[in-house]
Amino acid sequence: MLEIIVVAFLAVGIFFMVVGAVGLLRFPDFYTRLHATGKCDTLGEVLIIVGLLLYHLFHYSETPLVCVKLLFLILFIFITNPTATYALMRSAYKTGVKPWKLGDERQ
Amino acid sequence: MDILLKVFLAVGLLIAFTILLCTYRAVVGPGIFNRVIAVNVIGTKTIVLLVLIGYYFERPMFFDIALLYAMLNFIATLIFAKYVQKGDLCSR
Amino acid sequence: MRGKGFGILVTFCMMFLFWLLLSGIFDVLHLTAGLVCSAIVALISHDMIIKGDEEKILSKSFKLAIYIPWELWQIVLANLDVAYRVLHPKMPIDPLIIEFDTTLQSDLALVTLANSITLTPGTITIGITNGRFSVHAIAKEPAEALTVDGTMQQKVADVYMEW
Repeated sequence: MLEIIVVAFLAVGIFFMVVGAVGLLRFPDFYTRLHATGKCDTLGEVLIIVGLLLYHLFHYSETPLVCVKLLFLILFIFITNPTATYALMRSAYKTGVKPWKLGDERQ
Repeated sequence: MDILLKVFLAVGLLIAFTILLCTYRAVVGPGIFNRVIAVNVIGTKTIVLLVLIGYYFERPMFFDIALLYAMLNFIATLIFAKYVQKGDLCSR
Repeated sequence: MRGKGFGILVTFCMMFLFWLLLSGIFDVLHLTAGLVCSAIVALISHDMIIKGDEEKILSKSFKLAIYIPWELWQIVLANLDVAYRVLHPKMPIDPLIIEFDTTLQSDLALVTLANSITLTPGTITIGITNGRFSVHAIAKEPAEALTVDGTMQQKVADVYMEW
Protein backbone atom coordinates (compact mmCIF):
# COMPACT_ATOMS: atom_id res chain seq x y z
CA MET A 1 0.00 0.00 0.00
CA LEU A 2 2.74 2.42 0.98
CA GLU A 3 4.67 1.52 -2.14
CA ILE A 4 1.68 2.45 -4.31
CA ILE A 5 1.35 5.88 -2.66
CA VAL A 6 5.09 6.57 -3.01
CA VAL A 7 5.11 5.50 -6.66
CA ALA A 8 2.02 7.64 -7.33
CA PHE A 9 3.73 10.71 -5.88
CA LEU A 10 6.89 10.03 -7.88
CA ALA A 11 4.91 9.44 -11.10
CA VAL A 12 2.90 12.66 -10.85
CA GLY A 13 6.03 14.59 -9.93
CA ILE A 14 8.07 13.27 -12.83
CA PHE A 15 5.11 13.95 -15.16
CA PHE A 16 5.11 17.61 -14.17
CA MET A 17 8.88 17.83 -14.51
CA VAL A 18 8.75 16.40 -18.03
CA VAL A 19 5.94 18.86 -18.88
CA GLY A 20 8.11 21.69 -17.60
CA ALA A 21 11.03 20.60 -19.78
CA VAL A 22 8.78 20.22 -22.85
CA GLY A 23 7.34 23.66 -22.19
CA LEU A 24 10.85 25.08 -21.98
CA LEU A 25 11.52 23.70 -25.44
CA ARG A 26 8.13 24.39 -26.98
CA PHE A 27 6.98 27.82 -25.87
CA PRO A 28 7.80 30.72 -28.19
CA ASP A 29 9.66 33.21 -25.97
CA PHE A 30 11.44 33.82 -22.70
CA TYR A 31 8.43 34.95 -20.64
CA THR A 32 6.18 32.06 -21.60
CA ARG A 33 9.03 29.63 -20.98
CA LEU A 34 9.29 30.99 -17.46
CA HIS A 35 5.58 30.19 -17.03
CA ALA A 36 6.29 26.55 -17.81
CA THR A 37 9.39 26.14 -15.69
CA GLY A 38 8.43 28.33 -12.73
CA LYS A 39 5.25 26.41 -12.02
CA CYS A 40 5.70 22.85 -13.21
CA ASP A 41 9.18 22.42 -11.77
CA THR A 42 8.18 23.71 -8.35
CA LEU A 43 5.28 21.30 -7.96
CA GLY A 44 7.06 18.37 -9.63
CA GLU A 45 10.08 18.58 -7.36
CA VAL A 46 7.99 19.06 -4.24
CA LEU A 47 5.85 16.02 -5.10
CA ILE A 48 8.92 13.81 -5.67
CA ILE A 49 10.45 14.91 -2.37
CA VAL A 50 7.13 14.30 -0.54
CA GLY A 51 7.11 10.78 -1.96
CA LEU A 52 10.66 10.18 -0.77
CA LEU A 53 9.72 11.61 2.64
CA LEU A 54 6.91 9.06 3.01
CA TYR A 55 9.32 6.31 1.99
CA HIS A 56 11.78 7.50 4.59
CA LEU A 57 9.13 7.67 7.34
CA PHE A 58 8.34 3.97 6.98
CA HIS A 59 11.66 2.44 5.98
CA TYR A 60 14.20 4.39 8.01
CA SER A 61 12.14 5.47 11.01
CA GLU A 62 15.26 5.39 13.24
CA THR A 63 16.63 8.62 11.67
CA PRO A 64 13.80 11.18 11.88
CA LEU A 65 16.21 14.09 11.45
CA VAL A 66 16.42 13.45 7.72
CA CYS A 67 12.64 13.94 7.47
CA VAL A 68 13.01 17.41 8.94
CA LYS A 69 15.79 18.08 6.43
CA LEU A 70 13.54 17.07 3.55
CA LEU A 71 10.69 19.19 4.93
CA PHE A 72 13.09 22.11 5.06
CA LEU A 73 14.10 21.42 1.47
CA ILE A 74 10.41 21.51 0.41
CA LEU A 75 9.86 24.82 2.19
CA PHE A 76 13.01 26.21 0.62
CA ILE A 77 12.00 25.20 -2.90
CA PHE A 78 8.56 26.76 -2.37
CA ILE A 79 10.08 30.08 -1.36
CA THR A 80 13.08 30.31 -3.66
CA ASN A 81 11.71 29.01 -6.96
CA PRO A 82 9.04 31.71 -7.46
CA THR A 83 11.49 34.33 -6.24
CA ALA A 84 14.14 33.29 -8.77
CA THR A 85 11.49 33.27 -11.52
CA TYR A 86 10.41 36.74 -10.50
CA ALA A 87 14.01 38.04 -10.39
CA LEU A 88 14.76 36.75 -13.89
CA MET A 89 11.47 38.11 -15.22
CA ARG A 90 12.04 41.58 -13.79
CA SER A 91 15.65 41.64 -14.95
CA ALA A 92 14.65 40.69 -18.50
CA TYR A 93 11.79 43.21 -18.52
CA LYS A 94 14.07 46.05 -17.37
CA THR A 95 16.78 45.05 -19.83
CA GLY A 96 14.19 45.37 -22.59
CA VAL A 97 13.48 41.85 -23.78
CA LYS A 98 10.31 42.16 -25.90
CA PRO A 99 7.38 39.92 -24.92
CA TRP A 100 6.05 37.66 -27.64
CA LYS A 101 2.62 38.56 -29.02
CA LEU A 102 0.20 36.30 -30.85
CA GLY A 103 1.25 36.17 -34.50
CA ASP A 104 4.93 37.01 -33.98
CA GLU A 105 7.68 34.67 -35.02
CA ARG A 106 8.99 32.40 -32.29
CA GLN A 107 12.32 33.40 -30.81
CA MET B 1 16.49 -5.91 -3.48
CA ASP B 2 13.73 -3.49 -2.75
CA ILE B 3 11.46 -2.86 -5.72
CA LEU B 4 11.18 0.81 -4.78
CA LEU B 5 14.90 1.28 -5.30
CA LYS B 6 14.44 0.27 -8.92
CA VAL B 7 11.64 2.84 -9.19
CA PHE B 8 14.01 5.44 -7.74
CA LEU B 9 16.60 4.50 -10.37
CA ALA B 10 14.00 4.89 -13.14
CA VAL B 11 12.87 8.28 -11.82
CA GLY B 12 16.49 9.41 -11.58
CA LEU B 13 17.11 8.39 -15.18
CA LEU B 14 13.97 10.25 -16.29
CA ILE B 15 15.17 13.37 -14.47
CA ALA B 16 18.51 13.01 -16.23
CA PHE B 17 16.57 12.83 -19.50
CA THR B 18 14.69 16.07 -18.73
CA ILE B 19 18.05 17.67 -17.89
CA LEU B 20 19.21 16.61 -21.35
CA LEU B 21 16.13 18.31 -22.87
CA CYS B 22 16.94 21.50 -20.95
CA THR B 23 20.54 21.36 -22.15
CA TYR B 24 19.26 21.99 -25.67
CA ARG B 25 17.82 25.32 -24.51
CA ALA B 26 21.02 26.12 -22.64
CA VAL B 27 23.19 25.51 -25.70
CA VAL B 28 21.00 26.93 -28.47
CA GLY B 29 19.57 29.91 -26.62
CA PRO B 30 18.68 32.32 -28.22
CA GLY B 31 19.95 35.08 -26.01
CA ILE B 32 21.42 35.08 -22.56
CA PHE B 33 18.15 34.91 -20.59
CA ASN B 34 16.98 31.71 -22.22
CA ARG B 35 20.29 30.13 -21.31
CA VAL B 36 19.97 31.27 -17.72
CA ILE B 37 16.50 29.81 -17.17
CA ALA B 38 17.75 26.57 -18.64
CA VAL B 39 20.69 26.53 -16.22
CA ASN B 40 18.44 27.46 -13.29
CA VAL B 41 16.02 24.66 -14.14
CA ILE B 42 18.87 22.18 -14.46
CA GLY B 43 20.03 23.27 -11.02
CA THR B 44 16.65 22.70 -9.40
CA LYS B 45 16.30 19.32 -11.06
CA THR B 46 19.75 18.43 -9.72
CA ILE B 47 18.47 18.97 -6.16
CA VAL B 48 15.92 16.19 -6.60
CA LEU B 49 18.48 14.03 -8.35
CA LEU B 50 20.84 14.40 -5.38
CA VAL B 51 18.12 13.32 -2.93
CA LEU B 52 17.32 10.30 -5.10
CA ILE B 53 21.01 9.37 -5.27
CA GLY B 54 21.14 9.61 -1.48
CA TYR B 55 18.41 6.98 -1.20
CA TYR B 56 19.67 4.74 -3.99
CA PHE B 57 23.21 4.45 -2.61
CA GLU B 58 22.07 4.86 1.05
CA ARG B 59 24.37 7.80 1.74
CA PRO B 60 22.55 10.29 4.03
CA MET B 61 25.13 13.03 3.43
CA PHE B 62 23.64 13.66 0.01
CA PHE B 63 20.68 15.39 1.72
CA ASP B 64 23.02 18.02 3.14
CA ILE B 65 24.56 18.47 -0.27
CA ALA B 66 21.07 18.89 -1.75
CA LEU B 67 20.18 21.59 0.80
CA LEU B 68 23.37 23.53 0.12
CA TYR B 69 22.95 23.10 -3.61
CA ALA B 70 19.44 24.58 -3.37
CA MET B 71 20.83 27.67 -1.64
CA LEU B 72 23.74 28.08 -4.06
CA ASN B 73 21.49 27.69 -7.09
CA PHE B 74 19.07 30.32 -5.79
CA ILE B 75 21.82 32.81 -4.98
CA ALA B 76 23.54 32.23 -8.32
CA THR B 77 20.31 33.00 -10.20
CA LEU B 78 19.68 36.16 -8.16
CA ILE B 79 23.23 37.40 -8.65
CA PHE B 80 23.04 36.71 -12.36
CA ALA B 81 19.75 38.59 -12.72
CA LYS B 82 21.21 41.57 -10.90
CA TYR B 83 24.44 41.49 -12.89
CA VAL B 84 22.71 41.51 -16.26
CA GLN B 85 20.29 44.24 -15.24
CA LYS B 86 22.72 46.64 -13.55
CA GLY B 87 26.04 45.79 -15.14
CA ASP B 88 27.81 45.36 -11.80
CA LEU B 89 27.11 43.76 -8.44
CA CYS B 90 27.69 46.59 -5.97
CA SER B 91 25.16 49.26 -7.05
CA ARG B 92 21.72 49.35 -5.47
CA MET C 1 12.35 47.75 22.63
CA ARG C 2 10.16 44.83 23.67
CA GLY C 3 9.53 43.91 20.06
CA LYS C 4 13.25 43.96 19.37
CA GLY C 5 14.01 41.42 22.10
CA PHE C 6 11.27 39.17 20.77
CA GLY C 7 12.73 39.44 17.26
CA ILE C 8 16.19 38.48 18.50
CA LEU C 9 14.73 35.52 20.39
CA VAL C 10 12.77 34.19 17.40
CA THR C 11 15.75 34.57 15.06
CA PHE C 12 17.99 32.86 17.60
CA CYS C 13 15.61 29.90 17.93
CA MET C 14 15.32 29.53 14.16
CA MET C 15 19.08 29.64 13.67
CA PHE C 16 19.71 27.17 16.50
CA LEU C 17 17.12 24.71 15.20
CA PHE C 18 18.73 24.95 11.77
CA TRP C 19 22.12 24.25 13.35
CA LEU C 20 20.78 21.16 15.13
CA LEU C 21 19.18 20.00 11.91
CA LEU C 22 22.35 20.24 9.88
CA SER C 23 24.85 18.97 12.47
CA GLY C 24 22.82 16.14 14.01
CA ILE C 25 25.43 15.68 16.75
CA PHE C 26 24.30 16.42 20.31
CA ASP C 27 27.48 16.64 22.43
CA VAL C 28 28.61 19.63 24.50
CA LEU C 29 31.18 20.98 22.03
CA HIS C 30 28.84 21.12 19.05
CA LEU C 31 25.92 22.50 21.08
CA THR C 32 28.09 25.30 22.52
CA ALA C 33 29.46 26.21 19.11
CA GLY C 34 25.90 26.27 17.76
CA LEU C 35 24.68 28.49 20.61
CA VAL C 36 27.49 31.00 20.06
CA CYS C 37 27.07 31.09 16.28
CA SER C 38 23.29 31.50 16.36
CA ALA C 39 23.56 34.20 19.06
CA ILE C 40 25.96 36.19 16.87
CA VAL C 41 23.77 35.80 13.80
CA ALA C 42 20.62 36.73 15.76
CA LEU C 43 22.24 39.87 17.18
CA ILE C 44 23.44 41.04 13.77
CA SER C 45 20.48 40.22 11.57
CA HIS C 46 17.37 40.02 13.77
CA ASP C 47 15.66 42.92 11.98
CA MET C 48 15.82 41.16 8.59
CA ILE C 49 13.16 38.58 9.41
CA ILE C 50 10.99 39.76 12.30
CA LYS C 51 9.50 43.24 12.50
CA GLY C 52 6.72 44.58 14.71
CA ASP C 53 4.92 43.51 17.86
CA GLU C 54 4.76 39.99 19.15
CA GLU C 55 0.95 39.63 19.42
CA LYS C 56 0.59 40.69 15.79
CA ILE C 57 3.26 38.23 14.65
CA LEU C 58 1.59 35.32 16.43
CA SER C 59 -1.85 35.97 14.97
CA LYS C 60 -0.28 36.57 11.56
CA SER C 61 1.45 33.20 11.58
CA PHE C 62 -1.84 31.57 12.59
CA LYS C 63 -3.67 33.20 9.68
CA LEU C 64 -0.83 32.28 7.32
CA ALA C 65 -1.43 28.64 8.29
CA ILE C 66 -5.00 28.97 7.00
CA TYR C 67 -3.89 30.73 3.84
CA ILE C 68 -1.34 28.08 2.81
CA PRO C 69 -3.75 25.18 2.00
CA TRP C 70 -5.79 27.45 -0.29
CA GLU C 71 -2.53 28.48 -1.95
CA LEU C 72 -1.50 24.84 -2.42
CA TRP C 73 -4.79 24.10 -4.16
CA GLN C 74 -4.20 27.10 -6.44
CA ILE C 75 -0.74 25.73 -7.26
CA VAL C 76 -2.20 22.39 -8.35
CA LEU C 77 -4.73 24.22 -10.56
CA ALA C 78 -1.90 26.34 -12.02
CA ASN C 79 0.14 23.28 -12.91
CA LEU C 80 -2.79 21.56 -14.61
CA ASP C 81 -3.41 24.77 -16.56
CA VAL C 82 0.21 25.02 -17.73
CA ALA C 83 0.35 21.30 -18.53
CA TYR C 84 -2.78 21.69 -20.67
CA ARG C 85 -1.27 24.62 -22.56
CA VAL C 86 2.07 22.86 -23.07
CA LEU C 87 0.64 19.56 -24.27
CA HIS C 88 -2.19 20.94 -26.43
CA PRO C 89 -1.14 20.60 -30.09
CA LYS C 90 -2.15 24.18 -30.97
CA MET C 91 -0.66 25.79 -27.82
CA PRO C 92 -3.56 28.09 -26.76
CA ILE C 93 -1.48 31.01 -25.52
CA ASP C 94 -1.92 34.74 -26.06
CA PRO C 95 0.50 36.55 -23.73
CA LEU C 96 -0.17 40.06 -22.49
CA ILE C 97 1.07 42.36 -19.75
CA ILE C 98 -1.41 43.90 -17.32
CA GLU C 99 -1.04 46.39 -14.50
CA PHE C 100 -3.15 46.93 -11.42
CA ASP C 101 -2.93 48.82 -8.13
CA THR C 102 -2.80 47.27 -4.71
CA THR C 103 -3.56 48.67 -1.28
CA LEU C 104 -1.10 46.45 0.58
CA GLN C 105 1.64 48.27 2.46
CA SER C 106 4.23 46.10 4.22
CA ASP C 107 7.10 44.42 2.38
CA LEU C 108 6.19 40.93 3.56
CA ALA C 109 2.60 41.27 2.33
CA LEU C 110 3.80 42.46 -1.07
CA VAL C 111 6.26 39.55 -1.30
CA THR C 112 3.52 37.08 -0.36
CA LEU C 113 1.17 38.50 -2.96
CA ALA C 114 3.90 38.48 -5.63
CA ASN C 115 4.86 34.86 -4.93
CA SER C 116 1.19 33.88 -4.84
CA ILE C 117 0.57 35.50 -8.23
CA THR C 118 3.57 33.68 -9.63
CA LEU C 119 2.28 30.34 -8.41
CA THR C 120 -1.38 30.72 -9.40
CA PRO C 121 -2.78 29.86 -12.86
CA GLY C 122 -1.35 31.66 -15.86
CA THR C 123 0.23 34.73 -14.27
CA ILE C 124 3.74 35.80 -13.20
CA THR C 125 4.71 39.01 -11.40
CA ILE C 126 7.17 41.19 -13.31
CA GLY C 127 7.60 44.06 -10.90
CA ILE C 128 6.18 46.26 -8.14
CA THR C 129 6.72 50.01 -8.30
CA ASN C 130 4.96 52.18 -5.70
CA GLY C 131 2.15 49.74 -5.09
CA ARG C 132 1.53 49.07 -8.77
CA PHE C 133 1.91 45.49 -9.92
CA SER C 134 3.00 44.54 -13.44
CA VAL C 135 1.89 41.01 -14.27
CA HIS C 136 2.65 38.86 -17.31
CA ALA C 137 -0.36 36.69 -18.15
CA ILE C 138 -0.21 33.79 -20.56
CA ALA C 139 -3.76 34.29 -21.93
CA LYS C 140 -6.78 36.56 -21.54
CA GLU C 141 -8.81 34.50 -19.04
CA PRO C 142 -6.21 34.30 -16.22
CA ALA C 143 -5.51 38.02 -16.58
CA GLU C 144 -9.19 38.82 -16.16
CA ALA C 145 -9.46 36.37 -13.28
CA LEU C 146 -6.71 38.28 -11.49
CA THR C 147 -7.90 41.85 -12.11
CA VAL C 148 -11.67 41.53 -12.01
CA ASP C 149 -12.17 39.60 -8.79
CA GLY C 150 -9.70 40.46 -6.04
CA THR C 151 -9.99 37.23 -4.07
CA MET C 152 -6.26 36.70 -3.68
CA GLN C 153 -5.54 40.30 -2.71
CA GLN C 154 -8.34 40.12 -0.14
CA LYS C 155 -6.92 36.91 1.31
CA VAL C 156 -3.39 38.31 1.60
CA ALA C 157 -4.82 41.46 3.19
CA ASP C 158 -6.66 39.26 5.69
CA VAL C 159 -3.45 37.46 6.62
CA TYR C 160 -1.46 40.65 7.20
CA MET C 161 -4.45 42.56 8.63
CA GLU C 162 -4.34 45.43 6.14
CA TRP C 163 -7.80 46.51 5.09
